[in-house]
Amino acid sequence: MSKTDLHKRMTEGRADGDGTGDLMTGIPHSAAMGMRLVSATDGEALMLLPYDENLVGDVATGILGGGAITALLDTCCGAAVFATKAGVMSTATLDLRIDYMRPATPGETVQARATCYRVARSVAFVRALAYHDDPDRPIATAAAAFIVERKPEKPKPEDQS
Amino acid sequence: MSGTDLLDRLAVSIPYIRFLGIRFERRGDELTALMPFKPDLIGNPLLPAIHGGATGAFLEITGLMQLASDTAIQAATEGELPDDYAPVIPKPIDITFDYLRSGKPRDTYARAMVQRRGRRVANLRIEAWQEERAKLIATAHGNFLLGR
Repeated sequence: MSKTDLHKRMTEGRADGDGTGDLMTGIPHSAAMGMRLVSATDGEALMLLPYDENLVGDVATGILGGGAITALLDTCCGAAVFATKAGVMSTATLDLRIDYMRPATPGETVQARATCYRVARSVAFVRALAYHDDPDRPIATAAAAFIVERKPEKPKPEDQS
Repeated sequence: MSGTDLLDRLAVSIPYIRFLGIRFERRGDELTALMPFKPDLIGNPLLPAIHGGATGAFLEITGLMQLASDTAIQAATEGELPDDYAPVIPKPIDITFDYLRSGKPRDTYARAMVQRRGRRVANLRIEAWQEERAKLIATAHGNFLLGR
């Protein structure tokens, strides 16, 4: 798989009528968890994590493990970085802070929305939110910084002489 | 029942720990967690590298299990534990992950240090490494809510 393929798989999702989206086959761990990419454009990514009993962290309640939310938010933040117009070819998480606001409701799909609000030469900054239906009632929020590799910028005309 | 038995029983009872394939070894009150490599932990197939989310979840679970283990040890000093005893699993409040090196496709280890355990909240630092203990691949620090 080339870098372009990875870029495609991180960004070219689609919102299906039934609210599913593309399984993230280019990222084995995300695919194994059942994460789906719904959209990724203009530095904003939307992903879904359907409820799965394999991801439960507390058997008594059936609540998903906090780590599953962490993995979803990390992936969604990465997709948002790829989805900017900055020509990002690859990303690696530098740091990630998660605040857990309330437990996910057992049986319900978790959505994640990430916004990449700044891409510098080698670092991108992202914020993200995980929720069920109402973004104003977040399950968790995230703030992350990514190291990025960008396409070399085209030389300016005066540099070509 | 021995502490290790109790820990094993707790670990296999949690589906997400089984999903990631994490195992635990306890020496005294120190817990070492092991996440054996498997292909579905990969996040970047080009390098290849373990998914940052999997490493993050591993660090978090290591912290939770260290706290649960400490709770069980404390309970055991106060009297014989019933066979169905299960320590309360704390809940993460907030965690910050620092990724220092890319996780290679090999086994990963982690240990948690409890900086302070109060009545309601515990503050932890957790470290993950692969072939060399001194070459950490990721660290986490965070607060966990104790009790129900």
